[in-house]
Amino acid sequence: MPKDIISTQIQAIEDVNNIFQIPPSTARILLQFFGWDKERLVERYYDGDQDRLFEEAHIINPHKLPRQDSNTEHKEMTCEICYVDYPRKDMTGLPCNHRFCRHCWVSYLQSKIMDEGTGEKITCPAHQCPIVADEVTISHLLQGHPEIQARYEFFVAKAFVQGNKLVKWCPAPGCENAVRVNTVEARPVKCKCGHAWCFGCQQPTHEPVHCPTLKAWLKKCADDSETANWISANTKECPRCKTTIEKNGGCNHITCRSLNCKYEFCWSCLGAWEPHGASWYNCSRFDEKDSMQARDQHSRSRVSLERYLHYYNRYHNHEQSQKFEQQLFAKVDKKMEEFQQRGMSWIEVQFLKKAVEVLCLCRQTLKYTYVFGFYLRKNNQAVIFEDNQKDLEMAVETLSQYLEQDMDSATGSASSSSSSSSSSSSSSSSSAATTAQATSNPTVLADIKQRVLDKSQYCESRRKVLLDHVQDGYEQGVWEFDAAGN
Amino acid sequence: MRVPFAAGLTADQFVAAFKYVETQRLVAEPVPGISAEPDEQNARYFGIKIDGPHESPFEGGVFRLELFLPEDYPMAPPKVRFLTKIYHPNIDRLGRICLDILKDKWSPALQIRTVLLSVQALLSAPNPDDPLANDVAEQWKTNEPAAIATARQWTRQYATGK
Ligand SMILES: [Zn+2]
Ligand SMILES: [Zn+2]
Ligand SMILES: [Zn+2]
Ligand SMILES: [Zn+2]
Ligand SMILES: [Zn+2]
Ligand SMILES: [Zn+2]
Repeated sequence: MPKDIISTQIQAIEDVNNIFQIPPSTARILLQFFGWDKERLVERYYDGDQDRLFEEAHIINPHKLPRQDSNTEHKEMTCEICYVDYPRKDMTGLPCNHRFCRHCWVSYLQSKIMDEGTGEKITCPAHQCPIVADEVTISHLLQGHPEIQARYEFFVAKAFVQGNKLVKWCPAPGCENAVRVNTVEARPVKCKCGHAWCFGCQQPTHEPVHCPTLKAWLKKCADDSETANWISANTKECPRCKTTIEKNGGCNHITCRSLNCKYEFCWSCLGAWEPHGASWYNCSRFDEKDSMQARDQHSRSRVSLERYLHYYNRYHNHEQSQKFEQQLFAKVDKKMEEFQQRGMSWIEVQFLKKAVEVLCLCRQTLKYTYVFGFYLRKNNQAVIFEDNQKDLEMAVETLSQYLEQDMDSATGSASSSSSSSSSSSSSSSSSAATTAQATSNPTVLADIKQRVLDKSQYCESRRKVLLDHVQDGYEQGVWEFDAAGN
Repeated sequence: MRVPFAAGLTADQFVAAFKYVETQRLVAEPVPGISAEPDEQNARYFGIKIDGPHESPFEGGVFRLELFLPEDYPMAPPKVRFLTKIYHPNIDRLGRICLDILKDKWSPALQIRTVLLSVQALLSAPNPDDPLANDVAEQWKTNEPAAIATARQWTRQYATGK
């Protein structure tokens, strides 16, 4: 179980413990009962019927525990499960004072935890006793049974995360961390594993688009994308009856499949086939009036699909680029080593890694701007948004180009660059050929660094401008969305 | 009751071994109206006889049941089933019993004798609102005298004599 989750629980328990002066084990059960909402628990504790509160949470009011009589502790009593007599002090019981021997407890816990798969709601084994077993007692009993103990802790942690609106599991595959926030809201969080995600919907961080819009988009993509791409590439609609026609082979002479229509038309110009006459398989009528009209109509009916594809392709493009992020990080790692061999310090070369991080972050944002844009109704602010999007897109393209390609030519590839570099072409020569000769010159390295820094800072600032503008728009209610994305 | 500690047992074997003593006691000191007979082949299997309670439609009948202690007993409840045909809203045609302590309300601290006493009590107080046999429960609710008459009739027919 992640350490920070445990410490979060302990912190909450301690807080409650300090307020109410009740044992931590009782505090935990109360917190679990209130979905780890401390405020609600405190409220209920102070202005309600406390006895009822404890009863509902299935615990004994810790302020009303019967005093233990130390004289009777050595007396023998019979375990009600196995009927063996033990000294009272060797028996374990919850505050309800039903005591059982250790063997019976372990056997009972094993059956509850391993067979029934429960953890946080194990009650006293006595018949009709609703009192919940606390974690301290259970952990104590399970000493020497690491397998059951581990399973138990797993269930307790799971119950904690499930019952707690302020904690969620990191959705990254294979990651076992959970992330905690202070207020319930949909906002970006970052797990220790590095994965950045939205606390609201557990998708990857998706600024500037909001969770419900993203959800609609993802659903649309899942429903449409496979067919939409294929339809757009391989089919057209019959200009007369709108039946979707799949082009079959290279011939432009198409006969509509629909039995009621059978319209013959040209795939290329969408005009009627008849005037094409003898110019078999060949269209020279692309600009003639009737075929232009047909294409017009055709394109209108296609416009919504085309529009979707426009946004989808850009969204998808950034998604694809994200897949190469790891490769880019590896590449930049090598570059950083190279720069260090050439006299830069470790701290000085960190700008490269930072630049890749900026690049990834900007791509992530750009990707979701296309979801935002798809549903956005045109207005003046939407035009500004699109300008910001374009600016960021260009800035990211430049930075990406620089990190993925120009850097190689500027510093020379790792294999060829090391040897001769005495010539001192000094300052900012943009020509790749000249810089390749001069990379060990500190001023050249510094120059490269400056340019990468400038570019990544520019990207960052453009990203901020875009996000701030969208955020202002949200706050002032200027954004109008169209559920159908038209 | 003291039983010498048996070394080398796991916690559940240990508990089961001791709990078993209780079933022996049930055989040796039967409750009035209830008897238990261990099976010769299988120590976990018991033949049970319960007398129909006084002032119930089952009075005068002797009902045979089987009781089986599963591997994980006492952490899991014993399995109890009527062998004698009985007209009762909480007992179905196969003799299965709808009784909370035999299901989710089971506690390892319950004794076999408590379970059997609860079964006997169920004969005195049928509960048609939590039925297992729907048609029987329906009649019990809509026409109780007729239902009781049928229960008497079944008792005479199936639960008396050899
Ligand atoms: Zn015991
Ligand atoms: Zn209890
Ligand atoms: Zn993670
Ligand atoms: Zn979200
Ligand atoms: Zn047609
Ligand atoms: Zn044509």
